[in-house]
Amino acid sequence: MLANDRVSLQVEQGSVHALLGENGAGKSTLMGVLFGLVPPDSGAIWVHGREVRIADPNDATALGIGMVHQHFKLVHNFTVTENIVLGREPTVGPTVDRRRAAERVRELSRAYGLAVDPEARIEDISVGMQQRVEILKMLYRDAEILIFDEPTAVLTPQEAQELLAIMRRLVAEGKTVVFITHKLREIKAVADTCTVLRRGRVVGTVPAATTSEAAMAEMMVGRVVSFHVDKAPARPGEVVLAVEHLHVRNPRGLVGVKDVSLEVRAGEVLGLCGIDGNGQAELVRGITGLSRVEAGRVLLKGRDVTALPVKERNALGLGHIPEDRHRHGLVLDMHLDENLVIHAYDRPPFSHAGILDFPAIRRHAARLIGDFDVRCGQGGATPTRSMSGGNQQKAVVAREIDRSPDVLVVVQPTRGLDVGAIEHIHRRILAERDRGKAILLVSLELEEILDLSDRVAVLCGGEVTGTVEAARTSENELGLLMSGAARKAS
Amino acid sequence: MLGRRAALVPALAILLGFALGALVVAMTGRSPADMFAALLQGLSGVNLAARSFNPRYPGEFLVQAMPIMLTGLSVGFAFRTGLFNIGAEGQLMVGSLAAVAVGLWVPAPTVVHVALVLLAAMAAGGLWGAIPGWLKARFNVHEVVVSIMLNYVALHLNNWAVVDLFHSVDHVKTPILPATALLRSPALSALTNGSRLNWGFVPVVLSLLLYWFVIERTTFGFGLRAVGFNRECARYAGMKVNRSIVASMFVSGAFAGLAGAVITVGIFGFGRAIPAAEGYGFDGIAVALVGGNTAVGVFLSGLLFGLLKAAQPLMQSQGIPKEIASIIQASIVLFVAMKLGIEYLVGRLRAGDAPAAPEEAGT
Repeated sequence: MLANDRVSLQVEQGSVHALLGENGAGKSTLMGVLFGLVPPDSGAIWVHGREVRIADPNDATALGIGMVHQHFKLVHNFTVTENIVLGREPTVGPTVDRRRAAERVRELSRAYGLAVDPEARIEDISVGMQQRVEILKMLYRDAEILIFDEPTAVLTPQEAQELLAIMRRLVAEGKTVVFITHKLREIKAVADTCTVLRRGRVVGTVPAATTSEAAMAEMMVGRVVSFHVDKAPARPGEVVLAVEHLHVRNPRGLVGVKDVSLEVRAGEVLGLCGIDGNGQAELVRGITGLSRVEAGRVLLKGRDVTALPVKERNALGLGHIPEDRHRHGLVLDMHLDENLVIHAYDRPPFSHAGILDFPAIRRHAARLIGDFDVRCGQGGATPTRSMSGGNQQKAVVAREIDRSPDVLVVVQPTRGLDVGAIEHIHRRILAERDRGKAILLVSLELEEILDLSDRVAVLCGGEVTGTVEAARTSENELGLLMSGAARKAS
Repeated sequence: MLGRRAALVPALAILLGFALGALVVAMTGRSPADMFAALLQGLSGVNLAARSFNPRYPGEFLVQAMPIMLTGLSVGFAFRTGLFNIGAEGQLMVGSLAAVAVGLWVPAPTVVHVALVLLAAMAAGGLWGAIPGWLKARFNVHEVVVSIMLNYVALHLNNWAVVDLFHSVDHVKTPILPATALLRSPALSALTNGSRLNWGFVPVVLSLLLYWFVIERTTFGFGLRAVGFNRECARYAGMKVNRSIVASMFVSGAFAGLAGAVITVGIFGFGRAIPAAEGYGFDGIAVALVGGNTAVGVFLSGLLFGLLKAAQPLMQSQGIPKEIASIIQASIVLFVAMKLGIEYLVGRLRAGDAPAAPEEAGT
């Protein structure tokens, strides 16, 4: 596949240069070329006015190019310091000079305002701090050009804010930052210049300060994008999903959800927000039947389903867009068309008397691929593993929304998607609501929660700290409830 | 189905294996041409040097290929569903015992009797295979450990049963089974100049077709594949993961059990006490690996490994050590296991005319 087609990019020293593009536009490939991970078929790279050849990441490091990958490359049972100096340890004779290493890490962390604990083990620290370790790794190697590949995708909103501040500080110290993202707000907040890629080609390079978000979105997607989600007022009907005094343990045996009660009515979206790891995953697993419930009940359309297996809950009208598309949502080694019938393969029209009906399965796949603009090289026969993350996500969403279950549990439906795809998926979720379906939306993005929900429940420490009307709340109020600083009865 | 790309590595591995075998023959001071002549004779019965033709050789080659195709299907079926059945050997022995039991103790008319014998062998092998499956599903005990151990249990169970249960007179073999229970075919034997070729190829071919059909075309196979590739996703989709593991090991064991029956009522006509495992299970792993766990692949690699086994005495008669055949077999497996390395080399060789595709598109 041609991922980059005659792309030219100029980055000025001491600036933050954003690289904007849809899922699969070729951003990561381009940066892979700069970091020596992907060999270019043609073209040249100049660093500081000199033409260079970058055959592998060692060449890139020698040229002062560093990269923070979307998925961190850290050794989990090593300390922060050990990770940073790994491969370039200061030594005394044959042994590592730990004192000097820790001293150097402290120096760097002070100079750039990157707060880390040099002695902590990676597995014990937050994702935000792990990312700072990655940045320190580059600085330790004297990187002058720092490439960030969608760095905020894994961060909480607060951590993302901190990261943007760190980028500005790096630039103030004379470093150059290349920032790959599809979040327009972040570009406006931090970038000097923005280059937009669409389907492997450069659409244009614009100054970030004077270009509106709408204009950048239009360049990226190729059409006018609406940010505001237009929704009619909800017409809530009967309660179709009720959770009563639910207790669920997490996989480590700790109580993940404590005494949670919720109600979702037909024709409404209940948003569930909270800081990551405050019981959302356990609640979803309890409702969908993936985890055993310790105490309490789950009622689906008035029927107690607490003891029913997943399949029977699905049959009664429960749908689930899972948080982790690789772990739960897809079988990556099967074809796309097979993944699209993963719930329904064992009944008509996709099989008859235990024999699969491949023409029907392919027709189904072709329809969903068209409806949801899933980009895949070989249609339904595409190996799911070879698709880009965003398109895998679209496939999962397409499958679940197409089943149109009476109760749809939606977890992080737009993670890793670009604005065009987000707009489309939001519209489809609201369309389901307007058809009288009940939606439980779990998201870490407050904006998404506020845009789509009719009511919002907030989880903190495994408990519901408040339920509010979406139209009469603010990010500020939700933030207080999320941190447990306030409580509010519905 | 074997795609063109999927067939590339095994094909190269086979070529390299034969090249290595030829090299070793040359090192022993013999002519590699004699080795290939012996292989040709095993395959077609044509003796180039003597300008003669003996159809007994192709007959014997097919006899060697039949059971290892079945154990290949056994191992391949488990592989396709994410399990490693290293216990085909034991399932084969238990299947063979069941075949002897039904052959000796259940009287029935001609065709019905053979059918009962084969079904009993499949059921017994299946149950034997389901034990590690159940232990894995229930207690998360690794199926490799359990199925290896069960191989020894099956071996001693077999030797006990032959002597004490079936009252062996000479402590080596059971009484001869009635003709109604056997797959013997005087016609096929006569056609191939007195080889041991028998009706066993009928259940083998049916098994190959069944394997393909179950894996690729049925909802049962679909569920098993999903569980094999991603257990978490299968659970999310509402599949019964534990039941699927047991079912998969049952089917896998049934193929191996059938192999036991094909050997016992096809070749020998009686049950045998054996001093040690005969290696059908391990051959099955090689056959499944080289055949890419597909029905077509298992068929072809079963033929290949059957040929290598059948050609051993012929090589020896040419003065070539018969161990060469084992060296070829082992190096083919080794080269297939080096799949990534071979793909890398092929990629490098092709890099001149076609650019390597980037691993992943942007996110």
